[in-house]
Amino acid sequence: MTELEVNGTRHRVSADPDMPLLWVIREQLGLTGTKFGCGIAQCGACTVHLDGAPVRSCTTPLRAAEGRSVTTIEGLATNGARHPVQQAWIDQQVPQCGYCQSGQIMSAAALLAHNTAPTDADIDVAMRGNICRCGTYGRIRQAIKRAAAELDTNG
Amino acid sequence: MADDPAPRAKKSRLGKWTRRGLITAGVVTGGALIVGVAIRPGHRAPRVKELVANQGESLLNIWVKIAPDNRVVAIVPHAEMGQGVHTALAQMLADELDADWNLVDVMEAPAHDEYANYALPRGFLFGDAQIPRALVGTVDGILLKLTQAMDLQITGGSLSVRATGAHGMRVAGAAAREMLAKAASAAWNVPVRELVLAQSRISHAPSGRSDTYASFAAAAAQFAPSSKPKLKNAEAFNLIGKSVPRNDIPGKTDGSAMFGIDAQLPGMKVATVRSAPVFGGKVAVIDDAETMRQPGVQQVVNLGDLVAVVADGYWHADRGLAVLDIEWDNVGRDKVDQAAIFAQFERDLAQAEIESNGDVEVDRGDVDAALATAARRIEAEYRVPYLAHAPMEPLNCTVWLHDGICEVWTGTQNPLGARAAAADALGMEPDAVIVHNAYLGGAFGRRSVQDYVVQAARIAQAVGAPTKLVWSREEDIAQDRYRPAVTSRFRGALDQSGRPTVWMNLYVDKHEPAEAPRIPYAIDNQRIASVASPTHVPFGVWRAVDHSQHAFFTESFVDELANLAHEDPYAFRRRLLNHAPRHRKVLDAAAEKAGWTHPLGEGRGRGIALHESFGSIVAEVAEVAISDGALRVERVVCAVDAGYAVNPDGLTAQMESGIVYGLTAALHGEISIEHGRVKQSNFHDYPMLRMDEMPVVETVIVSSGGPLGGAGEPGTPPAAPALVNAIHAATGIRVRELPVSKNNLRV
Repeated sequence: MTELEVNGTRHRVSADPDMPLLWVIREQLGLTGTKFGCGIAQCGACTVHLDGAPVRSCTTPLRAAEGRSVTTIEGLATNGARHPVQQAWIDQQVPQCGYCQSGQIMSAAALLAHNTAPTDADIDVAMRGNICRCGTYGRIRQAIKRAAAELDTNG
Repeated sequence: MADDPAPRAKKSRLGKWTRRGLITAGVVTGGALIVGVAIRPGHRAPRVKELVANQGESLLNIWVKIAPDNRVVAIVPHAEMGQGVHTALAQMLADELDADWNLVDVMEAPAHDEYANYALPRGFLFGDAQIPRALVGTVDGILLKLTQAMDLQITGGSLSVRATGAHGMRVAGAAAREMLAKAASAAWNVPVRELVLAQSRISHAPSGRSDTYASFAAAAAQFAPSSKPKLKNAEAFNLIGKSVPRNDIPGKTDGSAMFGIDAQLPGMKVATVRSAPVFGGKVAVIDDAETMRQPGVQQVVNLGDLVAVVADGYWHADRGLAVLDIEWDNVGRDKVDQAAIFAQFERDLAQAEIESNGDVEVDRGDVDAALATAARRIEAEYRVPYLAHAPMEPLNCTVWLHDGICEVWTGTQNPLGARAAAADALGMEPDAVIVHNAYLGGAFGRRSVQDYVVQAARIAQAVGAPTKLVWSREEDIAQDRYRPAVTSRFRGALDQSGRPTVWMNLYVDKHEPAEAPRIPYAIDNQRIASVASPTHVPFGVWRAVDHSQHAFFTESFVDELANLAHEDPYAFRRRLLNHAPRHRKVLDAAAEKAGWTHPLGEGRGRGIALHESFGSIVAEVAEVAISDGALRVERVVCAVDAGYAVNPDGLTAQMESGIVYGLTAALHGEISIEHGRVKQSNFHDYPMLRMDEMPVVETVIVSSGGPLGGAGEPGTPPAAPALVNAIHAATGIRVRELPVSKNNLRV
């Protein structure tokens, strides 16, 4: 049994501690917003927060989450209110197919959690691990700046 | 209208249809109110009703139903794969219907014959659409013919808005509106001309009456639809032409949007597969002892050409497959490598040149005579590698066989094709197969092929329980239907004034569309031909199909001719477009927005390219900077004429997307064959353009008012040639082989 907290709820999971967190989240907890893209931490579609830090859940074993707090895309909103990054994604009409966007949003939210005035270079570093085949990078950059401005005003 | 009974088919399937014959009247059955309009002869509504209408709701033609709460549901026959089609089609319908946009819902039509792309043959019969040859190869490799289009329900060829939207959704909305107006006119005993229809309400100002569409839905069913509903002029549009926010986006920001891979069923097992890595190979021997010892592994299924490992979850299935000992019979194809394939192309091209026996697409003027008298001549050869589609969502399909039926959950560009393929694989009737199509996590042509659906059906049959098949990324890269590798040769010539007089092009393997290598430029003597050079590598439709290769070839060679003429590449193209004002306007728009005449500094360069595909004309200007051999694409300016922009922001987004897809391929994309199989395996060796390489992209929409063009594909073809032309401008290096990284440039 592995104990961990996911989106504020404690779970006791009976799975191989080596099982990647991705599959625990998707198949055992039924939270399908976190996506499988490559299985080797190359695309970022599976990005979640582990104690607030972005990790690629496809290569993060369950054991690494023991006793820690995991946030997935489903847990990003607070009290039903969209996270500023989610709202900015809508305002900038970012997603196309949408498959990579959970991971993109989680990476962006992690960036803005410690840097509410990211430069283009900061965005490049924080987001270069997330692939988007639909090519929404330009809109992602704009949306991050928009969310940053929002956080800066209200933060 | 008693004098306008429900029209019937005038002739057989291939008979000449009129628009009158394409709209049929509504029916009332079983106590439920149904108003149906089909764009196909015959009463279809009762069967369709079972699939899309809930109890107590009205079905206002095949694409529209009006529910008791006055919500309009637009039922669109196309998959949403990020191109915004659900929104654009709903806009077209809602505008003609004068519906309140906030009361409009969108759903994808179920996989049913009623939703086949009737608009395609219909548009063709009206003479205002071309047979969508882009779709060739998507149905078991059989050439698409008009009759086959009848049985397709497919999203591809940038056709959704052009065909279904223009010929289906708008007409449906207008027909429904007319019927509602007639119903209100009869109920209130007032002339139709005194009624105002807006925001899903009908009002009569003189009497002060007003009521919802829903309240007239039942009465509207008594009126046969007009055979030719009046469509709005562009000035009257309320929604068409507006950047309405996409209705699928909110769910794609909170994890609630459901993709095929998210299907979950009670008792479901998860399978993953390995197909013969050498295409056409077979399983020789399997030793599954180690696999069966792995935790969670339940079954190994040997289907002859592939092996599936079935487990309680994906990770266990994947681990089981990793230790599976499979010996393959490579049927003698494991000696083929990429160099041999290109060498074969060279031989076949040379042979065709000697024998002058190519398949001729264009033969204009007298190229031989013009070559003989030319002032300057030039030859060039270009090549592109195979490319994989690599949509972000790995291919997957969930199948549950129960109670004599087969239910399928997947993401496909062709739900009817998926249904037929699953039925065929299982020996079932298509009517016994139900396809639940989810959002597509990228497709780009890959999800128009049914291989993964067939696999899932076969595996589920062997397992005897609901089974979700999920491909690994490695399987996706190794088992695609690739964009073909192509070698293309050119000869060109200029006269004394520097004007091009000869355009000769010979390339391997013509696929579709046949017009892909055609050029818009006024060159008097042209010969464009191809020669077949088949390989064992499976190929398919890749975003923009043959246009993406040929635009790289033709727009590079035009640049080479401009260089030979010592003329500015933009000015050179422009003076060859006097006969083509739409093309020239698009070219001008891109050049102007890019600041073409504004000089760039040392190590920087601009390149321009122009290409028409799927009815849209696109010009792109790329700006690059090169320092110490490292290339950076800084900016791409795009101008597009898609006739009319139904949703301008959606069109802009598709241009941005198409450009990134094209740049990714040009900079990095290479699938190569080694020992008969694909050498690359995942994103580490089949890299993608990422955020830190992303140029600034600016799009200008030039709406000529011409016929509606596509959006999803036309942005891709000009990207590669604009890029390589910019590299030439910056460095003098002429890139004739993609990806760019093969040319002593770091990318």
